[in-house]
Amino acid sequence: MKANATFLTWTGHESRDVVGQVRFIDLLAAGSKLFHETHFRPLLLLDGQVSEVALELLRHDGSRLPVLVNAVLDRAEDGAPGITRVAVFDATERRRYERELLAAKKRAEDAEKRMTLLARTLQETLMPPRNPWIDGLDIATAYRPAGTGDEIGGDFYDVFAVSASDWVVTIGDVAGKGVEAAAVATLVRHTIRALAISETSPATILSQLNQVVLDHPSERFCTAAVLRLRRIGDWWDVAMAAGGHPPAIVLDTDKVPRVVGEPGHLVGAFPSVAYEDIRFELRPGTTVLLYTDGVTDGRRGSELYGEERLMRLLHESVDTAEPLIGRVLDDVLAFQGQEPRDDIALVALQVPPLPD
Amino acid sequence: MHPVEAFNVTDRGRPDGQVMVFAHGFGCDQNMWRHVAPQFEDRYRVVLFDFVGAGGARAPYDPDRYASLDGYADDVVRICRALGLRDVVFVGHSVSAMIGALAEVAAPDLFDALVMIGPSPRYLDDAGYHGGFEPADIDNLLDSLAGNYLGWSASMAPAIMGNPDRPELGEELRASFCTVDPAIAEGFARATFLADNRADLPAVSARCLVLQSREDIIASPEVGRYVADHLADASLVVLDATGHCPHLSAPGEVVDAMNDFLKVRA
Repeated sequence: MKANATFLTWTGHESRDVVGQVRFIDLLAAGSKLFHETHFRPLLLLDGQVSEVALELLRHDGSRLPVLVNAVLDRAEDGAPGITRVAVFDATERRRYERELLAAKKRAEDAEKRMTLLARTLQETLMPPRNPWIDGLDIATAYRPAGTGDEIGGDFYDVFAVSASDWVVTIGDVAGKGVEAAAVATLVRHTIRALAISETSPATILSQLNQVVLDHPSERFCTAAVLRLRRIGDWWDVAMAAGGHPPAIVLDTDKVPRVVGEPGHLVGAFPSVAYEDIRFELRPGTTVLLYTDGVTDGRRGSELYGEERLMRLLHESVDTAEPLIGRVLDDVLAFQGQEPRDDIALVALQVPPLPD
Repeated sequence: MHPVEAFNVTDRGRPDGQVMVFAHGFGCDQNMWRHVAPQFEDRYRVVLFDFVGAGGARAPYDPDRYASLDGYADDVVRICRALGLRDVVFVGHSVSAMIGALAEVAAPDLFDALVMIGPSPRYLDDAGYHGGFEPADIDNLLDSLAGNYLGWSASMAPAIMGNPDRPELGEELRASFCTVDPAIAEGFARATFLADNRADLPAVSARCLVLQSREDIIASPEVGRYVADHLADASLVVLDATGHCPHLSAPGEVVDAMNDFLKVRA
C-alpha cells in the first residue's frame, strides 16, 4: 500500500514499514479485519465503492484508532480489480458519541422492556388467573387488549364465590388507559369483592362502589355490571345491577337472544346515584353473555360493530360457553382487521342443559 | 411461512438440469453470487437464498434456534425439501461451507457434492490447531458490528462521498446488501466464529471441492488444507486469488475450478 504523511502521523507507523510492505487490511484491528473481509470488501467488489464504514486501525504502539473509511475500487479494462483508493477519517470523537448513542438506545430498550413487563403484570391483576369451577354453571371468559396489546387498558372482570351456591360475577371498564386506569380497575374489582361479603344486592354494592370511586384521588369513572347468582336445584336465581354498562344478553332455550337490564348510571361520576336490581332465572340450557363496549364500539372505518350485529351472531346459537366466547371474539376482531381499537372483555355463563 | 418466502429463494436456470444451491456467508446475501451463479444457469437449475436476517429473508429470528449453525443447516434442508431438490451440488461460502457440511450429515440423501469456498471448521485457535483468531478478536468484531450499525444507516443516506460514477449495485440492493439487523448479525457472528465443526468433517459422505485463496486472513491456506484432509472425499484447489471472497474478486477462476471438479464423475 501507499499512504500519505497524515496517515503515518495518525498511526505512528514509519513510511519504510508500511509503504510497499503491507496491505491496508494488515493495519486493522482483528475485529475490523473480520469486518473488512465479511462486509467491506464484498461490498467494494460488488459495488465498486464503499462509504463511511467504521473500522479500527492499529497504531504502531498497539493502541487503536477509530476511523471512518470511504473507498473506491479501480478496475482494469477486463474488469479485474485494480488498486483501491481509501480515504480515512479520524472518528475518535464520533465513535465516542456513537457509543453514547448506542448505550442510550440500549437503556431505552431496557426501560421499554421493563414497562411492558410492568403493564403485563398489572394487567394480570384485573382478572382471575383462571376461572373457578362452579358446580351447575359453565363459565368462559376472554380478554383482548386494544391495538397491538402494548398498552394496558381498564377492562376487568371477576368471578368469585360468597358461599358454595352463591356466586358473584362482575365485569367493567375504567375510563381511559394506562397504569392509572388499571390501578382504578384493580380498586373497583377488589372493592366489589369486599362489599359482596356483607351486601347481597348488586344495586347496593354499586352505589357504595360509586362513593369509593368518587373518593379516589384519580378523576376516573367506570362502568360495571354486578350479578349475584344463587343456585336453586337445577336453575339459578340471578340479581343484576348495571352502572353505565352494556346490558347483558340472555339466550334462552328458544335460541333467540334478548337484552336484559338497563345500562344505569356511570360509577364514580356523580354523587348519590341509585341503581336498580333486576331479577331473572337461568334455567338449564340458558346462557348469559356479558361484555364491555370494546365489542359493540368495534369500528371498521365509520361503521360500528354494534349491538344488532352481536344479536345476529348469537341468534340460533347452540354453542356452549367456551365456543360462544371464541366465536364472538373472532367476529369482533375480524370486523376490525385483528386490531381492536379498545379493550375487549367477555364473560359467558351457561347452565348446562338437562340430559334428554 | 413457505421457505421460498421465508428465505427469499431465487430459482433460475435450466429447470431439468442438476440442482446447484448457493449459500452466502456471514455478512452478506445472495448477491454475493452474481458473478458466479449465472455461469451455471445454462446447464444447472440454480437456487439462491438469503439466510435469516440477511437480504430479503423474512423468516422470523429465533435466538435459540440460531444459537448454533445447526439451525442454519436445518434451514438449508427445509429449503431443499420444500422445493423437492435432490442430487444437489451445494456451494457454500465461508461459514456456509460448514453449514452445508452439517446439512449433508443430517440429510445425506439430498446432496451429490459440496463446493466449499474459504471454509473453516473453527476460527479460534486451539491446542495443535491454528484457526487464526482469539476470543478477544470476536468481541472486537461484535464491537465493529455495533459501531457500523449507525454508520451503515448513515451510509444509506444519499451521496455522502462525492459522486460514485460506477455504482454497480442498484440503490435497493445496496440498501439490503450487507445490512443485517444488528441483533441477528451478532447472533450469526457468535454462531459462526465460536463454532467448532472439526469433528463433523469426517462424517460428510458427499464428494467435496475445497476452494482456497492463496491468502485469506479469515480462513488461511493451512485451515483449507485441514478441511480437505479431514473430509472423506475432497479435492483441494488453491486459487491464485487473494482475500476471503474469490467468487467476487476472481469469479472466473472459481467457475473454472468448479467446472473441472464437476466434470469428473458428473
